[in-house]
Amino acid sequence: MASILAVDDSASMLQMVSFTLKGAGFDVVEATDGQHALDVAKTRNVDLVITDVNMPRMDGITLIGELRKLPSYKFIPLLMLTTESSPEKKQQGKAAGATGWIVKPFNPDQLLMTVKKVLG
Amino acid sequence: MTIDMAQFHQVFFDESFEGLDVMESGLLEMDPGSADPEQINSIFRAAHSIKGGSGTFGFTDIADFTHVMETLLDEMRDGRRQVTTEGVNVLLASVDVLREMLTATSEGAELNPERVKVQKADLDRLLAGGDAPSTAESAGSEDEIAPSAGDERAGWHIVFQPHSHMMRTGNDSLRLLRELESLGDLTVTVDTESLPPLSDLEPEDSYLSWDMTLTGDVSQDQINDIFDWVEDDCDLSISSLSSEPAASPVAAETRSESEQQTVAIDVPATAAQSEAASGEAKKSASSSGASSIRVDISKIDALINMVGELVITQSMLSMLGEDFDISQIERLREGLAQLERHTREMQESVMQIRMLPISFTFSRFPRLVHDLSTKMGKQIELKMTGEATEVDKTVIEKIGDPLVHLVRNSLDHGIELPEDRVAAGKSEVGTVELNASHRGGNIIIEIKDDGKGLNKEVLLKKAIEKGVVSPDAVLSDQQIYELIFGAGFSTAETVSDVSGRGVGMDVVRRNINELGGSIEIQSEVGVGSSFVIRLPLTLAILDGQTVSIGSEMYIVPLVSIIESIQIKQDMVNMLAGKGETFKLREEYLPIVRLHEVLGVKDAKAKEINEGLLVVVEGEGRRCGLFVDDLLGQQQVVIKSLEANYKKIDGLSGATILGDGSVALILDIPGLIRMAGNSPTDYDTGIRKTA
Repeated sequence: MASILAVDDSASMLQMVSFTLKGAGFDVVEATDGQHALDVAKTRNVDLVITDVNMPRMDGITLIGELRKLPSYKFIPLLMLTTESSPEKKQQGKAAGATGWIVKPFNPDQLLMTVKKVLG
Repeated sequence: MTIDMAQFHQVFFDESFEGLDVMESGLLEMDPGSADPEQINSIFRAAHSIKGGSGTFGFTDIADFTHVMETLLDEMRDGRRQVTTEGVNVLLASVDVLREMLTATSEGAELNPERVKVQKADLDRLLAGGDAPSTAESAGSEDEIAPSAGDERAGWHIVFQPHSHMMRTGNDSLRLLRELESLGDLTVTVDTESLPPLSDLEPEDSYLSWDMTLTGDVSQDQINDIFDWVEDDCDLSISSLSSEPAASPVAAETRSESEQQTVAIDVPATAAQSEAASGEAKKSASSSGASSIRVDISKIDALINMVGELVITQSMLSMLGEDFDISQIERLREGLAQLERHTREMQESVMQIRMLPISFTFSRFPRLVHDLSTKMGKQIELKMTGEATEVDKTVIEKIGDPLVHLVRNSLDHGIELPEDRVAAGKSEVGTVELNASHRGGNIIIEIKDDGKGLNKEVLLKKAIEKGVVSPDAVLSDQQIYELIFGAGFSTAETVSDVSGRGVGMDVVRRNINELGGSIEIQSEVGVGSSFVIRLPLTLAILDGQTVSIGSEMYIVPLVSIIESIQIKQDMVNMLAGKGETFKLREEYLPIVRLHEVLGVKDAKAKEINEGLLVVVEGEGRRCGLFVDDLLGQQQVVIKSLEANYKKIDGLSGATILGDGSVALILDIPGLIRMAGNSPTDYDTGIRKTA
């Protein structure tokens, strides 16, 4: 089964995302901020990254930019979890190399739908 | 798949309340005009997380409310909006409302919708009035696009030309085509014209483009959805087969906003939880009861360490006892001394567990001072020191309200308006200091302001008007200041909603006395006032002076004792109807003959020169307690009389002495009240006989 790196500084959101994905049979690795996620990403490969945008230490957009520099993360889907309806945030994310975004609030079904779509 | 979202709620509430604290302290530290972007960012992040979580977990009203706050903060963060005092204040008030909303939601309680509405209106007004692009624009655009959810049923002509880098965003053209195919009948023509010769081909780039016809019951929104992520990474044209091409990119851009509006409604909160889910569900952190206490692990370690020492001493003593002879008396004494030391240290360690830093109480004041000073149009700086001073948990719980009252008083009555301060030659910024410290086995909390000070004439005039003091009474400064502790005594010329309701200072003193403490006032007109609260370190143990009356022993709390003196009969004055008084440094104090009050038959000292007068103070009044003799000073463990027997006037409790006998602890304020009967009588009583 595909493995997913979930990144969020909010414990409740991370729990929800992780729980939903695990429930659907995915292998989930958790990280609590961008820096943490980047450290994790350097030690292992995953099939998809889902990251929050606003986080301490390293935000999601910087994380996406950094991940794209890693050879094994060059083409894998990187999704942002964002409440930002403003187009700039999405564009910044895109410019950094994000595949797409999931707009908060979302429910577990929507999350799974998107993940399955991206993973084919 | 059904997931019970409720299992994440507790974690969400916990982190949200933490977030609110971050927002509040961040806002309080924010300097209007020159705010630190990183600071705003941390406040923004907290708001952002609350919004995201609340939307996801189905608390849409919280999400909506936080959204407006977030928008404001976002504009401040980007520098699009000035950080103004008004902005900070509205945000602070919103933090309060948000806290209420979260509390109500977490407790399943009713929410006051009116309050939320009013605050939201404030936020909206601020947002609209700002120099930044208001939400009105985006709201308008949402309205506009709503009808554009096309009713074109016939079909669509789509030309999709990915930019060369699209693959590097993790977006695969094939996935998009597959998704389109799932909507209806798709006819695809691939354009390979831009495909270079193999030698020039960059494997990571996209070269192909597609011309497609999609027929079926498909709306333009559905197609926009699919291309949402790549709209900037491709050239895309979507046109209806039956009409002229629509301006698709604009519609695509605004789509996500309209989706956000609708998604918020259908977040499920399924009650049923599947077995698989419950197995993996993380137990939500249960809210701890009010009677529990968080203890620093080092305190527990110290206690365990002490128990270890005690065990060693105990085994040493029991070995000694097995074959004891008189030659070992020295070792026995040593052992006992060690036992005593360990017992005392352990007692201190146990007491430490109940101790919390006073910052628990102090932390609310920056906000309070900020809010009130804004409301009153004053400029006030709050300085706090000694926040790490540890006090008993009960003290923390009970000292909060009195402190709030005193600080409010300093702000309202003490600190003057900026223009008055300048006129008086002071800095226009007033200062209120809040200090806590340990001093000689007591906790001292001082509330000090550099305001106008207490006006003795006004106080006295008011007291005479109210009949609290007789017109010809001559009172010491301290006695005049004490008047403000009288019930119903307020000198504020106009009653404000900040203070001055006249119900408070008496309660302040009563609460402090209930904690076994005292309060003292120092003031100088034009310079400022200072209220000094003295509290015992702990409420379970009392530093006491043992006094004897006949065969009985009583404990006088050391904190109440001023001095002990012996006087001669000729120093005693009889005041008409008031009994005995004696003169101590220009002050006439009533004499309380304890053996009479307490009904001790075998008192040795009957004449005033045979015994001692212990001068004590309680609730700002003094008197002399007539006793036979002073014995030792010792720490005593307070046992409640009420719990074990019944409440007795003049006694606050009992204790067991080292020899096993019971001694009663005197209630000094109570005894003084008994001696004076009523404040009026008492204050008349201390009138100086000119």
